[in-house]
Amino acid sequence: MSFRSMEEIVEVSNSSGKPFWEVLLMDDMEERLVSRQESMEKMQMMYRQMQEADAAYDGAARSASGLVGQDGARMQDYVEAGHAMSGSFVGRVIERALKMGESNACMRRIVAAPTAGSCGVIPSVFLTYQQQYQAPEERMVEALFVAAGIGMVIARRAFIAGATGGCQAEVGSASAMAAGGLAYLHGGGNKEICAAVAMALKNLLGLVCDPVAGLVEVPCVKRNVIGAVGAIAAADMAVAGITSRVPADQVIEAMRAVGVAMPCALKETGEGGLAATPAGVEARQALEK
Amino acid sequence: MNLFDIIGPVMVGPSSSHTAGAVRIGYVAGRLMGEPIQKAGGGLHGSFWATGRGHGTDRALVAGLLGMHTDDIRIPDSFRYAREAGMELEFYHVELADAHPNSVELTLNGTRGKELVMTAASLGGGRIQVCSLNGLATNFSAEYPTLIVENMDQPGIVTAVSAAVACENINIAAMQLYRDKRGSLAVMILECDGEIPREAVEKLSAIQGVCGVTYLSMKE
Repeated sequence: MSFRSMEEIVEVSNSSGKPFWEVLLMDDMEERLVSRQESMEKMQMMYRQMQEADAAYDGAARSASGLVGQDGARMQDYVEAGHAMSGSFVGRVIERALKMGESNACMRRIVAAPTAGSCGVIPSVFLTYQQQYQAPEERMVEALFVAAGIGMVIARRAFIAGATGGCQAEVGSASAMAAGGLAYLHGGGNKEICAAVAMALKNLLGLVCDPVAGLVEVPCVKRNVIGAVGAIAAADMAVAGITSRVPADQVIEAMRAVGVAMPCALKETGEGGLAATPAGVEARQALEK
Repeated sequence: MNLFDIIGPVMVGPSSSHTAGAVRIGYVAGRLMGEPIQKAGGGLHGSFWATGRGHGTDRALVAGLLGMHTDDIRIPDSFRYAREAGMELEFYHVELADAHPNSVELTLNGTRGKELVMTAASLGGGRIQVCSLNGLATNFSAEYPTLIVENMDQPGIVTAVSAAVACENINIAAMQLYRDKRGSLAVMILECDGEIPREAVEKLSAIQGVCGVTYLSMKE
C-alpha cells in the first residue's frame, strides 16, 4: 500500500473525485494484482465472517482459564428486557463487543480487525449499524475498506500490536478504524472520516496493555466495549461537524511516541497494570497450579 | 502487508502469535514430515510455556500437525482428532538458547520411520520463522511458495535444483543453504515468487543426491 498518511488518501480522493473507500479498493487491486470484483468479494467475505462469528457466539462457553465467558449473554438479556440506560443501539453494540471478545478467548473463529484481541470493536458497531439503519451490505463493505485503510496508515506510521504500542495500538486503532467507517456510513465525507479517526484515537491515547496472566481475556474483552462505544461517540461528533484541533495524522504520530515511551511492563508482558494487582496475581497463580 | 492483514485474517482465537502462529508452525512441520505422525513432542519455550495453555498453543500446534489451517474451527478439539489418528502427544518445558520468547521445539516420529526435530518461533501477527531443522540452523517464514530440499552435500546439486526452478520460469526470491560439515546432509531452502507445478517438484526428487523434497504451496 502506498499510503503513509490519512492526508495522502484524502488528496488522492479529492484529485480523482473517487470516494475514500474506492481509493483504497484501487490501491488493493494494484497491491495484490487482483480485479475490482476480487477485491470487493474478499472484503465482503470478511464482513460475512464477522456476521457468522457474531451469530456463532456460545452463551454457555467459558475460556480455558475460566476467566471470561457468558457476559455477552448477560448483556443481551439486559438489553432485550429494555433496561439498558444507553438504549438499544449502544446496548446492542456493548453486547456484540463482549460476545466477539469472549468468542475469541474461547477459541472460536473470529476476524482479526486489526488484531484478535481487538476483534470485537469493528463488527459490534458495523453489524448493529446495519441492523438499525437497514444499510445495504455493499455499503457495509465500502465502510470496511475505509476502516482497513485507516488501520493500514496506523500500522505503517505507528503500530497495531499491544506488545509494541500498548492497548492504544490495538483497541485504540480498532476504535479509530470503526469511527472512520461509521462516519462514512452516516453520511460523512473525507473531513468527517478524518475527524472521527482523530477523536476516537485521542480518547484512548496512553491505554496500556496489561493482560492478567498474559492471556487475551482480562481486561481485553471489556476493552473492546470501550473501543466500540468510543467509536460511536467520535463518529457522531464528527458528523455533527465537530473537528479535532490535532489532525488525525498527528494523533497517530502521538500514539506512536506514547507507545515508544511506554514501559515494557505495560506492553503485553503481563507484569504491570491490572496484571500486577493482587487479584491479577492471584488469577495467574491459580492457573499455574 | 496489505488491507487484508488489517481486516483479517479469519482465524481461531485467542491470539495471533500464540494460536494462529502456532497452527502455522505445526502445519509446516506436518508437511515436512510428509507421513502420518506417530509421536509428537512439543518443547515449549518462554511465553509459549508460560501462557501457552491459556492461549491453546498446544492444541494449535497439534491442529497444524494434523494439516489444519488457522481458521479451522476444529482447532480447539485437535487433541481428540490426534487421538483418533493414533498420534501420541507430549508437551513439556524447554529452555532454548537465544530463542524468541514464543518458540517451540517439535520432536516428531512418523509412522514410516521419519524423524524430525524442528524449532520455530511465532513472531507476532501470525508470522513465523522456522529456526532449525534437525539441528541445522535455518531462517524461513513460509510466507512464499517454499521448496525445502534435503540433499547430500556434494557439487552440482544447487545448480540442478535452481535450474529446474528456472525452467518453470519462476523467480527465486531468497535461497539459503545449510549444512553441518562438509559432505554431510545439507538443507536447501528456496523461497519463490511463483507457485511451482507439482510435476516440477516431483522431478526434483529424482535429482541424484537429493534425499527429500517438501513443497509448501500458498494455495493449500
